[in-house]
Amino acid sequence: MWCRFKRRWRRSDDGTTLGFAFAPPTIPFVPAGLEDFRNKEGLDLMLDQTEGYVTADGRQIGPVVMEMKNITLRFGGVEAIKDISFDIREGEIRAIIGPNGAGKSSMLNVISGFYVPQEGQVFYKGQPRPQMKPYEVARQGIARTFQNIALFEGMSVLDNVMTGRLTHMKTGMLAQALWLGKAEAEETANREVAEKIIDFLEIQAIRKTPVSRLPYGLKKRVELARALVAEPSLLLLDEPMAGMNVEEKEDMSRFILDVNDEFGTTIALIEHDMGVVMDLSDRVVVMDYGKKIGDGTPDEVRGNQDVIDAYLGVAHD
Amino acid sequence: MPDQLIYAMEVSLNGLMAGVMYALVALGFVLIFKASGIFNFAQGVMALFAAMTLVGIQTGQVPFAHLINAVFGTQIHHFGWQIHSIVAIILTVGVMIALAWAVQRFIFQHLVGQEPIILFMATIGLAYLLEGVADLMWNSEIKKLDVCLADGTCLPQGINLAIDEATFNLFGYGFFVDNLDITATIIAIILVAALVAFSQYTKQGRAMRAVADDHQAALSVGVSLNYIWILVWSVAGFVALVAGIMWGAKSGVQFSLSLIALKALPVLMLGGFTSIPGAIVGGLIIGVGEKLFEFFMSSSDLAGALFGFTMNATENWFAYVLALIFLVFRPQGLFGEKIIERV
Ligand SMILES: Nc1ncnc2c1ncn2[C@@H]1O[C@H](COP(=O)(O)OP(=O)(O)O)[C@@H](O)[C@H]1O
Ligand SMILES: [Mg+2]
Repeated sequence: MWCRFKRRWRRSDDGTTLGFAFAPPTIPFVPAGLEDFRNKEGLDLMLDQTEGYVTADGRQIGPVVMEMKNITLRFGGVEAIKDISFDIREGEIRAIIGPNGAGKSSMLNVISGFYVPQEGQVFYKGQPRPQMKPYEVARQGIARTFQNIALFEGMSVLDNVMTGRLTHMKTGMLAQALWLGKAEAEETANREVAEKIIDFLEIQAIRKTPVSRLPYGLKKRVELARALVAEPSLLLLDEPMAGMNVEEKEDMSRFILDVNDEFGTTIALIEHDMGVVMDLSDRVVVMDYGKKIGDGTPDEVRGNQDVIDAYLGVAHD
Repeated sequence: MPDQLIYAMEVSLNGLMAGVMYALVALGFVLIFKASGIFNFAQGVMALFAAMTLVGIQTGQVPFAHLINAVFGTQIHHFGWQIHSIVAIILTVGVMIALAWAVQRFIFQHLVGQEPIILFMATIGLAYLLEGVADLMWNSEIKKLDVCLADGTCLPQGINLAIDEATFNLFGYGFFVDNLDITATIIAIILVAALVAFSQYTKQGRAMRAVADDHQAALSVGVSLNYIWILVWSVAGFVALVAGIMWGAKSGVQFSLSLIALKALPVLMLGGFTSIPGAIVGGLIIGVGEKLFEFFMSSSDLAGALFGFTMNATENWFAYVLALIFLVFRPQGLFGEKIIERV
């Protein structure tokens, strides 16, 4: 089973435990909000440098794609996000973790334009992003899945995946109506991409099945396929493994790693299961009660006392 | 074959043709309801408005002539030109698209996320607003609608001789089927086929289906809800125009046209609010059902012999009672999705 996760394999050869450990911190606690953090060897990784960094397993991480600066989001009296800043770099798997109600989904909704923060600024590819509707964000190349699965229940798997290509369909209405050569070529090209992703995620067998008939785990995979087929520059996954059994979780983890490896897709994911997060991600943001309480590599975060307290349910003062 | 059976066949055939008209109006309802959850009470008035606009443009009427004359003391009524049917239809489609935009921009954009009952009330308001605007724009007198092609052939009217002859040879009694009804049926079939092709194979059609299925998911794949809603209202406006032309050519363009919207209601109860095939089958069932029932109940040989009394004008209520019976036994309609209340 272990070797199914390529990176877990690689990471585990330093002998560290991989599940979330309640072991005493092995590295100094890095205060939240500080823009520097330390890697295992304690070397400074300058986050503002544009070149990026090299991960423990030897992948080159690029410049910052998405930067959230001092984001505050309120719902009436509830502050779902309190003055949070962090960034996502090209090619990395960035995790957002934290207990229920911490504001993780809200953060993903801010990135994808579903929620508009009261304060703060979003930078995308170095440019400050004006307030955008979710569909405009999607057209910029940011695809996402939802915590509670938002599929087109009345459509087949293939049709669902094809909607993920909508942002790539250019031909005008008239040309399509008359089914001119260009329209046909475009349709064929889009179909090819869709089929490729369907093969990649191993859902060929259910291509024509209506989504409403699929079990939960497969629905999650179809939703990933629909997001992936848009060839996003940033892929946002809200609890991709929630509600899955162990085997399904392992499959999904493998797919997420493979997507990142093969297509170089930048991924930001929310996950509840600490063990999974630690295996998958390059860097982790930890949220609790709307605040950022940690930011760094999995090892660093695991050793962070605030994070341990949050997960153990230590009373807040 | 007994005479009564032969007459019943003729009646059914004509009922089928009438049903096409109901189906067309119901189709407009279903399109908007699926995409936005709005039950558009104004669909029938849209058909009226479209038909009036078409006649107005064709005959070179000055829009809002009464208003202009009252304000400026002028005496203008006509531009003094006739516009060709095809050109007038294209211009009317333009007007219906503008209407779709205005409806979205000034009404429903402000009501996003409101309760369905509020949206429904808004469409009732829209229906009467549109009726008033239609009156003000083109005045309320009954108008004759002729649609003709470039070579001078117009929408055919009167008895279809081929059917008359064929049935005469078969039964010794020639059926009366109006050519206009046959044309309406053919055009309706083409319209539905085109709509299906549009929704299955074009980008906009896919986006439309996506919005009809799940708003949040549609947004996440880059679909603008606002754009799709304008598109759907435009398509519904186009369907309304087709219905308006058919109805107007048959009985003249008059305000009673908006009442066909009410007949579409029982059609929807039967067919389900979210099903395009349902709208069509429901329309046909109501069309045939009410004509046959009328035929049966008003005949002294049938109802008279059986019950000892006859009834007239059952067409006024038959559709609604049928819908009521359906509501009791199958609330989701023939083709609608089953309504499951999640607890
Ligand atoms: N649309 C909303 N309206 C009101 N409150 C919301 C909304 N979305 C989230 N919240 C509130 O924001 C807080 C964070 O929620 P959420 O982001 O879903 O947390 P998480 O995903 O970490 O479990 C919760 O208190 C939640 O009730
Ligand atoms: Mg959540």
